[in-house]
This record gives sequence, structure tokens and C-alpha cells, in this order.
Amino acid sequence: MHPILARKGRLLPYLAASLPLGALLTALLARPGAYSLAQAAAVAFPLGVIYAFLGLSAWYPCRSLPLTRAKVPLLLAMHGGAALVTSAAWVLLGAGIVRLLDEVPSFAKASEAKPALSGIGEGYAAQVPPLFAVGVLLYLLSVALHYVLLAFEAAREAERREAQLVLLAREAELKALKSQVQPHFLFNCLNSISALTGSDPPRVREMCLGLAGFLRRSLAVGERESIPVGEELSLARSYLDVERIRFGKRLAVEESIEPSGEECLVPPLLLQPLVENAVVHGIATLAEGGAVRLEASRSGNRLRIVIENPFDPNAPARASGGLGLKLVRDRLAALYGPDAMFAARRLEDRHLAIISIPAR
Amino acid sequence: MPDPTRVLIVDDEEPARAVLKEMLGRVPGVRIVGECGDGLEAVKVAAEAKPDAVFLDIQMPRLDGFEAMELLDPAIAVVFVTAYDNYAVKAFEVRAVDYVLKPFSETRLAEALERARERVREKGRPDAGALAAASRPPGQFLSRVVVRDGPNIRVIPVVKLDFAEAQDDAVLFKTEGKKYRKPQTLASLADSLDPARFLRVHRSYIINLDRLQRVDLYAKNSHVAILADGSRIPVSREGHARLRELLEGRR
Repeated sequence: MHPILARKGRLLPYLAASLPLGALLTALLARPGAYSLAQAAAVAFPLGVIYAFLGLSAWYPCRSLPLTRAKVPLLLAMHGGAALVTSAAWVLLGAGIVRLLDEVPSFAKASEAKPALSGIGEGYAAQVPPLFAVGVLLYLLSVALHYVLLAFEAAREAERREAQLVLLAREAELKALKSQVQPHFLFNCLNSISALTGSDPPRVREMCLGLAGFLRRSLAVGERESIPVGEELSLARSYLDVERIRFGKRLAVEESIEPSGEECLVPPLLLQPLVENAVVHGIATLAEGGAVRLEASRSGNRLRIVIENPFDPNAPARASGGLGLKLVRDRLAALYGPDAMFAARRLEDRHLAIISIPAR
Repeated sequence: MPDPTRVLIVDDEEPARAVLKEMLGRVPGVRIVGECGDGLEAVKVAAEAKPDAVFLDIQMPRLDGFEAMELLDPAIAVVFVTAYDNYAVKAFEVRAVDYVLKPFSETRLAEALERARERVREKGRPDAGALAAASRPPGQFLSRVVVRDGPNIRVIPVVKLDFAEAQDDAVLFKTEGKKYRKPQTLASLADSLDPARFLRVHRSYIINLDRLQRVDLYAKNSHVAILADGSRIPVSREGHARLRELLEGRR
């Protein structure tokens, strides 16, 4: 929708701007040897208003031919052609107005009384060339103004999108912080602690400390913008240590961490939802358990992280951990945009979560 | 002195089993007759040990808590033990199923056990299938059916199901050339299955739409559905209308 036509309040001021145009046209038409002042005014003001509307049509070609993308010859051809056509139409409309003025009886009568207005019809032919030239110039001016309008709108849109991205990133961070306090995890931990109290009291302190340490570190790390992969993996390891109390020998951890990958920076707790999924939707489904595999490597300017786990493909459908995947995906998109790749692959009995981001 | 209550403990996590063992050990009149790490083991052990009550974790490998409950003798009282599962807990409350939340106190445990036993004595156990369906988050459906096959237990993925037929108090499942019988109602099965892939075409029949080959006109006003395995399933008037609607929507 044309921005001026889109809002009611804008049309009237715009049309009011056509009055000075009318005055200029009057001056043009009333030059020595052409129309009289009265004649010129009678034609010029209507023509001015008409042009105000005609000029709006430049919006459509301007929008379809953005300056940044179109080639100069195409721009010239398109706008030049439109200018000629519009101007010709304008001049013809002018002829129509003149005809009207000539033939409207009251006007003709008035022209008898005011000889100044008579002969308006014959005088028009001489006005056509200058009018046409002005029409073309006015159209090109309109094109320029429309491009300015478009640029202005594009800038506003970019600002809006930027603000939205910031909002999304903040939301994702909040969710990441919330996700540390997964209820399942906490209640299971507390239950395990309760269990150890009866069967293995010395381990209780160890587990309480382990859990408190993990929670404290993940809260602290959540405040920072990014942390080295080494630290992120250490957090994952402490989470897995706490989970190992529940699962015992069923939970094994394998690692393949390259030193080059360890120093790269990642958003804090990026991997937490993935590691949790690996345990809850992977290891927990297998009676004999399995190994969670953590992999990190750097290749050129890309950092690659893989979290792999086995699972029972025949297990009944449960809440599948899709929320965690979505969180990771959203965070990566908000922070890296199209530079981040995230894939969650279900192979026959193994699940892989693969992250590829620019190495920083 | 009354007979001790014989209980079976089922949880895939060793510490969780340890807690139950320790606490139940202190409840008067309770004797622990076994401990299992998954639902399948639980059903097998229960058949031999014949407990009065079973403490069932919900999320376990092999067979989960609900599936195990379906296969347990109906005279056995069941108490569910879960960490946190808001859908399940809501379902438990609505259907008056006994449960305890981890971590739990001894008092709470003893109470739940007592109530479960009473419930079995008076009203009988709630329907496990319906309970499982109610505990499923919206948008999730039954993905497999567990049935007894003589001394064995068979797990049938629903994608491999051809059709299900109501027979007296049971449902007959046809899959991969074999038929299995399970005491349950066709209505509760219909509620659990994905309505986009399974349709009740007749009061007594549910078919897997992926197995449907064509629908023939049988007599003047009745239709019959022909499935990939050759089965001919009667289709009622309403069933036919629903079938048309679904198939058209699918295209």
C-alpha cells in the first residue's frame, strides 16, 4: 500500500502541497505570449492536483526496482518510459480541461464578459511542449522522492528487526536459565540423596556438594555472554556426575575433545538441554544403559560439537525432548543467524545432536 | 496375626529402589518379595511371586509403568512412584489412582499402600490403558500395544497393526499374520490411537488407515473395507461417512 494513501491523515497535507505546484504551473503557463493569468490559473491548479495523484503512481515501479539491485539501463528505461507516458497522459488531461473550460456555457458566457479567458482552447497547443517537459521532470522528481521514502521505511524495518532479535536473545537466555532447574532433575536428585542417607551416608555429602556446585556454577555462568567450550563441557560433566548417582553403571561418558576446540567461545549452557536429553530420553530408556559421547573439534573457522547417545527406538512415545532442541535452535539462530547449523538426527538406535558455529 | 502384605518394588534407578526397600522395611506388616529394574521383569516376577501390591515407577526401559500395570493380575494393588510429571499426576487425581511423589516420606508411602489395597478390595483397579492415555501430553498417542501371548509378552507397534476387533470383554489385535487377544474395551483403544491414522469404522472395528486398500460396496447400503492383508472389515454408515471425510482431508 502506498504509504501516503495508507494513512488518512497524510493525503490532505500531500494534496495541499499541490497548491504551490499549481502556482508554479500558473507562472509557467502565463509567460509572456502564452495564456493570460486568469487562463493559466484556470488550467494550472486543476493540473497541479491531478499531478499530485499521478505522481503517486511512481511508488509501484520504485518498489519493484530497488536502487541497490536494479541495473542503471533498466532503471533509466523503466522510469524514463513511465515519465513519458505519465506526462503524456497529464498533458492530454490538460487538453480535456481546456476543452471543458471552452465549452462550459457559463464559462463561455463569462469569457464574453472577460475576454481574458477566451481563446483558451487555441492557446493550449503552444503550451504542450513546456507542459510535457515539466511533466517529465515532475515525474522524475516523484521517483526520487519515492526512493527516499522507501529508504526511510527500510531503515525503520531494519531497526524493528534488530529490536526483535535482541528480545529473542534475551528470552532464550531466560529460558536457558530456567532450564537449569528442570523439576525432574531436581526431584530425582533429592530422592537419590534421600536414598543414600539410608544406604551410603558418606556419599550423601558428596552428592549434596556435587548438586549444589553444579547449580551454583550454572547460575553464575548464565550471567556471562560466552564461555570457553572447555568450561561448558566441564559443566556437562558435573551434571553427568550427578546423574550417575541415579543410573550407576548404566551411564558411561565418552569424550573426544580436541584442544583446538576447547578454547572456542560458546553461549553458556548451550549444551545443557542436549546433555539432559541424552540422559533422560536416551540412557534412561535402555535397561543396560549406554554411553553419552561428547565431541568438540575446530576445523578452520568452524567449531563443531556433537552429543551422541543410544536410545531404545521401541520405547513408548513420551515427551520427546523437543522443547530442549527448540531452545538450542532458537538460541543459535538468535546469536549467529544463518551462520549456525544445528541438526538433531535420529539414527536407528542412536541420537546425534550436531552443532556447527563460527569459531570465536 | 494377619498375613503380611507382600510387595514388589519396581524402579529402574537403584537409589530409588534402595529408598523404597529401606522405608518399606520399617512399615509394620509389610514384606518385600522382590525388586525389579524394568516393567517386563516386574510382570514376570509378579506372576511367580504373587505380590499383594506393587510399587511402580512410571518411566522405565522395556515396559513402562502403565504397560506393566496393564499386564498385572487385576487383584494386585498398584502405587505409582514418580518424580515430577504434571500430566500423570493430574490423571492420577482424576482417576483416583494411588501415587507418591519423589522424594517421599515413610508416612506417605504407608498411606498410599493402604489406600491402594483398599481400593482393589472394594472397587477394583482403575483401567491402566485409560490412565496411560490420560497421562499422555496432548498430541501424543499410543505408539505400541502390549499383550500376553501365552507365557510371553508381546509388544506390538501400532504402525504394524492391521485392525482391532471388539470381542466380548476383549479386543482382538491383528498384526503380521497373527491375532492377539487383550482384555480391554475398543472404546478406550479408540481414545488412545492417533485419529489421523486409525479410524473406528464400525462399532466393533478399528482399522489402520495405512493398511486400507479400498472400500467396496457390499450390499445395498453397506460397505466393506479391504485391507492390505486381505481382511474384510464391515463399515457402518457413520463409519463410511467418517472414512470419506478423513480420506478427503488426507488428499
